[in-house]
Amino acid sequence: MSATNLKCRECGSQYELDPIYVCETCFGPLEVVYDNRALAADIPALRRRIQGGPQNLWRYSDFLPLPDGPPGPSGRNSSRVGLAAGCTPLIRADRLAERLGLAELWVKNDAANPTHSFKDRVVSVAAARAREFGFEVLACASTGNLANSVAANAAALGLESYVFIPADLEEQKILATGVYGTNLVKVRGSYDDVNRLCVELSGERNWAFVNVNLRPYYAEGSKTLAFEIGEQLGWRTPDRIVAPVASGSLLTKIGKGFADWLELGLLDGDLPTMNGAQAAGCAPVATAWAEGRDFCQPVKPNTIAKSLAIGNPADGPYVLDLAKSTGGSVEAVSDDEIRAGIRLLAETTGVFTETAGGVTIATLAKLAERGEIGHDESVVAVITGDGLKTLDAVRGSFEAFEIEPTFEEFTTKVEGTLVGAR
Amino acid sequence: MSVTVKLPTQLRASAGGESAVSVEAATVGEALEALYTAYPELRDRLSDEDGSLRRFVNVYVGGDDIRFGEVLETQLSDGQELQILPAVAGG
Repeated sequence: MSATNLKCRECGSQYELDPIYVCETCFGPLEVVYDNRALAADIPALRRRIQGGPQNLWRYSDFLPLPDGPPGPSGRNSSRVGLAAGCTPLIRADRLAERLGLAELWVKNDAANPTHSFKDRVVSVAAARAREFGFEVLACASTGNLANSVAANAAALGLESYVFIPADLEEQKILATGVYGTNLVKVRGSYDDVNRLCVELSGERNWAFVNVNLRPYYAEGSKTLAFEIGEQLGWRTPDRIVAPVASGSLLTKIGKGFADWLELGLLDGDLPTMNGAQAAGCAPVATAWAEGRDFCQPVKPNTIAKSLAIGNPADGPYVLDLAKSTGGSVEAVSDDEIRAGIRLLAETTGVFTETAGGVTIATLAKLAERGEIGHDESVVAVITGDGLKTLDAVRGSFEAFEIEPTFEEFTTKVEGTLVGAR
Repeated sequence: MSVTVKLPTQLRASAGGESAVSVEAATVGEALEALYTAYPELRDRLSDEDGSLRRFVNVYVGGDDIRFGEVLETQLSDGQELQILPAVAGG
């Protein structure tokens, strides 16, 4: 294990690897610091070591903040403990590329995680760390995907759990959380109200709130998306990443993952151009970007992309910094563009994504249309969640044939209609 | 008028262990000044050199972030509750 300390991103103050998340000096967020110099001595050996690891995110445990090592009797057996996240497909999306006029386009399908979103990455790491600390209760404030993952991971590990969500969340996400036997708390308010309550509660209860007091550890799980993309591309970085922005943690940690591995010499290439994607109905970061500000003004969300509906994104300033330093941007797309994005991805790749993925694809399409993506670029679109979680977004978007079970009905009502349509 | 300032656990050691402090103030800015007068250590923790709030400090009045109002100029009414919390990226 090479995690050494927690460090304030604002003022640099250092702390022990404790269940804390706020700098005592300036209130800035704490981040895990590593010392990986020993690993850099033999890069080919390090690559072999990673490739020989388990088929889940614990293959990257050298770069995750678990002082006691990966869960389970050994790294190889770690998938027997809890829900093993990661190692999701990186799909070459040639038909989508053709539609958008792009050359090399990949879809990182993180809907293929145990609870069908990238949140299993962050929760795997936070839950493992919570067990190391000896917490008996796992908790979170969630826009839905995290709720699914915390409830499921707690069940897998035999921990009690409390999951706090906005009361108006999609029914699919509520059902796919409650089934795991969690204490599900529907809060009358927005995600930002839920988050405020959970920050207050985290000071009053001795629980592992994965995205509050365990946030420094939790957030590290998102780096594994960058590690996997780099490994799957043959130990190189793509030229561009398009990923959704809610709190801003995912995009900044993907950037951190690439930066760490480039510095170590594990990956060839440069830091990718980072494009953030938001829904116009909740676009505090995209608005700040468009107005050239380095801070975000909070908003009251109103969008079908509920998993991205964070009106007061704490990592927003870091997303703005990253987009600027890599020559990227932060874009906003309308609800209609989101629905079209879901449809476009489904038709051209066979991947059905939730509204957040629609935001990503709509943003990719917008960048392509504006001619901002070079013809020689390799682009990775990060699909963070499954379409089955937001079925309302596609309801009524197509028609089906309904017939009697006879050959004649098929030829007249199905084929007849299709011939007529041609 | 009298308002209550609720403090997060991270600040209580600098405020004599109190979780809530009563102050006399008409605006958020005045309430914070009154708080700093009572507990001087809190000023550097919460404020920049130019007197504005540090960027990872969130202040809520009646459950709403003061950036939806007039920030430090946000008016307070008698008996209102002002809550200070660290900004935490969630999701």
